[in-house]
Amino acid sequence: MTASRPPEQLLHPRPEGLYCPAGDFFIDPVRPVPRAMITHGHADHARAGHGTVWASPQTLDIMAIRYGEAFCDTRIPVEGQTEAGGIRVAFTPAGHVLGSCQITVDDGSTAITVSGDYARADNPACAPFQLAPCDIFVTEATFGLPVFNHPAPLSEIEKLLRSVAAQPDRCHLVGAYALGKAQRVIALLRQAGWEQPIYIHGALQRLCDYHIEQGIDLGDLRPATTGDGKAAFKGQIILGPPSAFAATWAQRFPDPVICFASGWMQVRARARQRGVELPLILSDHADWQDLTRTIQELAPQQVWVTHGREDALVRWCELNQIAARPLRLVGYEEEAD
Amino acid sequence: MQSFARVLEQLAFTPSRNGKIAHLVEAFRSMPDPERGYALAAFTGDLALRNVTPSLLRGLVAEETDAELFRLSYEFVGDLAETVALIWPHSGTVADMPLTDAVEELAATAKAELPALIARRLTHMTPSQRYAYLKLATGGLRVGVSAQLARTALARFGGVEVTEIEELWHGLSPPYLPLFAWLEGGEKPVSLAAAPFRPVMLSTATNLDDLAEFAPADFTAEWKWDGIRVQAVNDSGTRRLYSRTGEDISRSFPDVIGALNFEGTLDGELLVKRGGGIAPFGDLQKRLGRKKPGKAILASHPAAFRAYDLLFWNGEDWRTRPLVQRQTRLRDVVAELSDPRIDLSPALAFASWQELAELRANPPESVVEGVMIKRRGSAYVAGRKRGNWFKWKHDPMLVDAVMLYAQRGHGKRSGYYSDFTFGVWQGNHLVPVGKAYFGFTDAELKELDRFVRNNTTDRFGPVRAVKPELVLEVAFEGLNQSSRHKSGLAMRFPRINRIRTDKPASEAGTLDELKQLL
Ligand SMILES: [Zn+2]
Ligand SMILES: [Zn+2]
Repeated sequence: MTASRPPEQLLHPRPEGLYCPAGDFFIDPVRPVPRAMITHGHADHARAGHGTVWASPQTLDIMAIRYGEAFCDTRIPVEGQTEAGGIRVAFTPAGHVLGSCQITVDDGSTAITVSGDYARADNPACAPFQLAPCDIFVTEATFGLPVFNHPAPLSEIEKLLRSVAAQPDRCHLVGAYALGKAQRVIALLRQAGWEQPIYIHGALQRLCDYHIEQGIDLGDLRPATTGDGKAAFKGQIILGPPSAFAATWAQRFPDPVICFASGWMQVRARARQRGVELPLILSDHADWQDLTRTIQELAPQQVWVTHGREDALVRWCELNQIAARPLRLVGYEEEAD
Repeated sequence: MQSFARVLEQLAFTPSRNGKIAHLVEAFRSMPDPERGYALAAFTGDLALRNVTPSLLRGLVAEETDAELFRLSYEFVGDLAETVALIWPHSGTVADMPLTDAVEELAATAKAELPALIARRLTHMTPSQRYAYLKLATGGLRVGVSAQLARTALARFGGVEVTEIEELWHGLSPPYLPLFAWLEGGEKPVSLAAAPFRPVMLSTATNLDDLAEFAPADFTAEWKWDGIRVQAVNDSGTRRLYSRTGEDISRSFPDVIGALNFEGTLDGELLVKRGGGIAPFGDLQKRLGRKKPGKAILASHPAAFRAYDLLFWNGEDWRTRPLVQRQTRLRDVVAELSDPRIDLSPALAFASWQELAELRANPPESVVEGVMIKRRGSAYVAGRKRGNWFKWKHDPMLVDAVMLYAQRGHGKRSGYYSDFTFGVWQGNHLVPVGKAYFGFTDAELKELDRFVRNNTTDRFGPVRAVKPELVLEVAFEGLNQSSRHKSGLAMRFPRINRIRTDKPASEAGTLDELKQLL
C-alpha cells in the first residue's frame, strides 16, 4: 500500500453502502444501485431492484427465490475471481449461510476484504470460512463483545433433544430464521441422530428445498399442517420463522415449548424478553473469539468495523496495537441471527 | 455444578408454576444427596453464604479484563454475575465440581481468600456453570421458586401432603438428609424445632344456595378480616409468628412478638390497628415489606393479632377438641392476657342464613372481606376439607375498563394474547389500572385474541398496544393505594368478568369512580 493514496479512495461508505469508485460498484447496498456486489442472501445485505448484481451462484439463486426472477437486470455469477472496471474482485467463502462470501477488492496496490457476515464454527449447511488475505479488513461485529463465546453447536442440539425426551407430551417449537439457521438446525439434528420427521412452517419450504437441491441432507421434512390433529405433534420438533410465533399459526400446537435458535440467546434477558422457554445458543456469526482470532490471523494494516458492536471491537484493536475505526454504516439494523 | 446449572436454567426460563414444579421434582429425583438438599436451599434462599458481594465480583473481574470492554459488556448483558460468567477470560480443563464441595468450600473460606478461590474455580468451569456458581455464591437466584413452591414440589416428589412438610420445615436445615430419606420411603423425621409451625385449617368458598343444605344452628360465624392469616406461637419462651404457609415472619413484627406472653399456639389475623380501628390492608403491606422495621413505622403502623382459634395451650394439644370448646378457652385466654395488641374476633349472632346475609351486606368496618362460617363440632384439621369451614366473601367489585395492551401467553396459551392491561378514564385519557389474565372462557379467549390481532396499533416484543375500543367488565377483590402504579391504585385479584361488546369505550369507568371504592 503506497502512502500517497489513502485506501478510502478504493472503498468508502456512502449512504447507499460501501462504494468502490474505480470499479463503480457498491457492496451490499441498502438501496437500489446500478451495480452491486452481494455477499449473501440475507435481506439486509441482498435487496431487490439493482441493475447488475455480482454474487455467488447460490446467492443469486436465493435472491431469485426470495424476490422473484426479476430481482435485477443482469446477474453475474462469481466463483472465485472476477474483474470490474479494472478492479480485481475475489469471492471467498464466509461460512455464514449457503452461498455466503467475503468480497476482496484489489486495485493492485491495496486489497480490502469485506467480510459481510461470517462464521467459523462447523456448519453442515454451507461451505466453510476461508481467510481472505488483505491490507484492510472490513469486519462485521454482530457479536463483538467479549461476553459472546458461542458453545459447540451440537451441545445445544443435545440440549434440545434432552428436553424433547423429558417432555414427551409437549411439542418443541423452534424459532429459526428462514435462510441458513433453519437448515443448519435441521442438518445438526440429523447429525445428532434425530431421524423422525421434522415439521416446518410454510415460509421455510422453498429455501429448505433449495438446500436439498444443493446436496445438503435434511432428511424427512413435512409441512406443519394440522391434518392429523393437534395430538399428532406430541413429542415432535417443529421449525418456524420467529415471526410466526406471534401469529395464530402457533395456536395449533399442543402446549408447545418455545425454543429459539440464535446467538442472542446467550444473554438471559434477551431470551426472557422473547418469552423463550428453551434458548438454543446457535449463531451463524463469528463470536468474540473468532472475530479477534480472524483479525490476528489476517494481520491487516487496518481494521474497519461495520454493523454490530463497533466500539468494543475497535477497543480490542487499540489494546492490541492494531489501527481500527468504526465505519458507522447505516441501514443494517441489529442482526437477526 | 453441571446438573445444578441445568436446573437453574430450566427454572429461570419456565414461566408456569406447574412447569417449575415438574423441573424441581425431576431434580430431586436425579440429583444425589447431599447435592439436591443444597440445591433446594439455594433455590429457596436458605443457603447462608453471605460473604460474596457484588463489589467483590467487580474487583475480581477488574483484574482480569479491560475496564472499557467490561463496561460495554455489562451494559449489554445487564446482570453482574452473568457478565462475569460470560466474560471470564481464562479457561482450563472443565472439572464438574460437585455442588456440595462448592457450597462447603465457599462457607469455609475466609473473606480475604475468596477472590483467589473464586477466580481459580471460574477458570475450570463452563459459562453456565460459572453463572450457577456465582449466583450460588452471591445468593438471590431469582428463579421464581418460593419456599412454598419448593415444598409443593417436595410433597409431589414424596407423595405426601404439603401440610406434612410445612409442619416439619422449621426443624430442618440444608442439606435436608432426613427429609429426603423420608420422601423416598424412609422414616418420617420428628420435628425437633422449638415453636414449630402447625399446618393451618383452610376454608372453602360458599354462597347462599350452597349453605341451604346446612343447619345454621350447627355453625358459628365471624367477620372475615382483611389482614393476613398468621399463627402465633410461644413454646417455652421461643416466640414465632408464621404466615399461613409457614413462613417465619417474626422479624418483621417485633411488636406482636412482644405481646405473646403465654405458652401455646394461636390462630388468627394479623392487622394494623390504629386508634381502636383497623387500618386498610395497604398499611399492613407496608409492614410486611420491612425485614427490620424502625421505630417510626412501628409507631405509625402498629400491628396487632386478632385471635380466632387455639391449637395448643400450656403443652396440651387442643386440635382434636370441638371448635366451641377451643373458642371458649380462647375467650378466657384473651381476657386474661388483657393486652391491646391481642384481641378476639367476635362471634356474630344469627338464627338463619338470611340473617347472616344481611349482616354480611352491612359490615361495621371497611376492612371486612365477608364472613367466616365454622362448624361448631369440628376439630382443627390441616388443609382444605369441605364442610367444616366456609368463607362467604363479599361480592367482587366491578368496573368497566378499556383494554389497552395485550401480551402473549405461554404453554397451553401459546400463540394467544391472554394477558390484558386495562384502563379507565381520567379526563380525556385512559390510565392503566390493572392487568388480568384469567376469568374468561376458552371461547372468550379466542374472541379477545382476535380483537387484539385486528386492532393492534403498536408492538413491543411480545406486547401489543390495541385501539382503546373494547370494554371489559373487570371483577376484583379490593383496591389499595399504590405509589408503584401510575394510577396510584393497585387492584387485588383482578379478572375479566365479561366482555362488554355492547358498551362503547366512552362509557367505561373513571379513575374518580374507582377511587371512591378505596
Ligand atoms: Zn447474514
Ligand atoms: Zn448482516
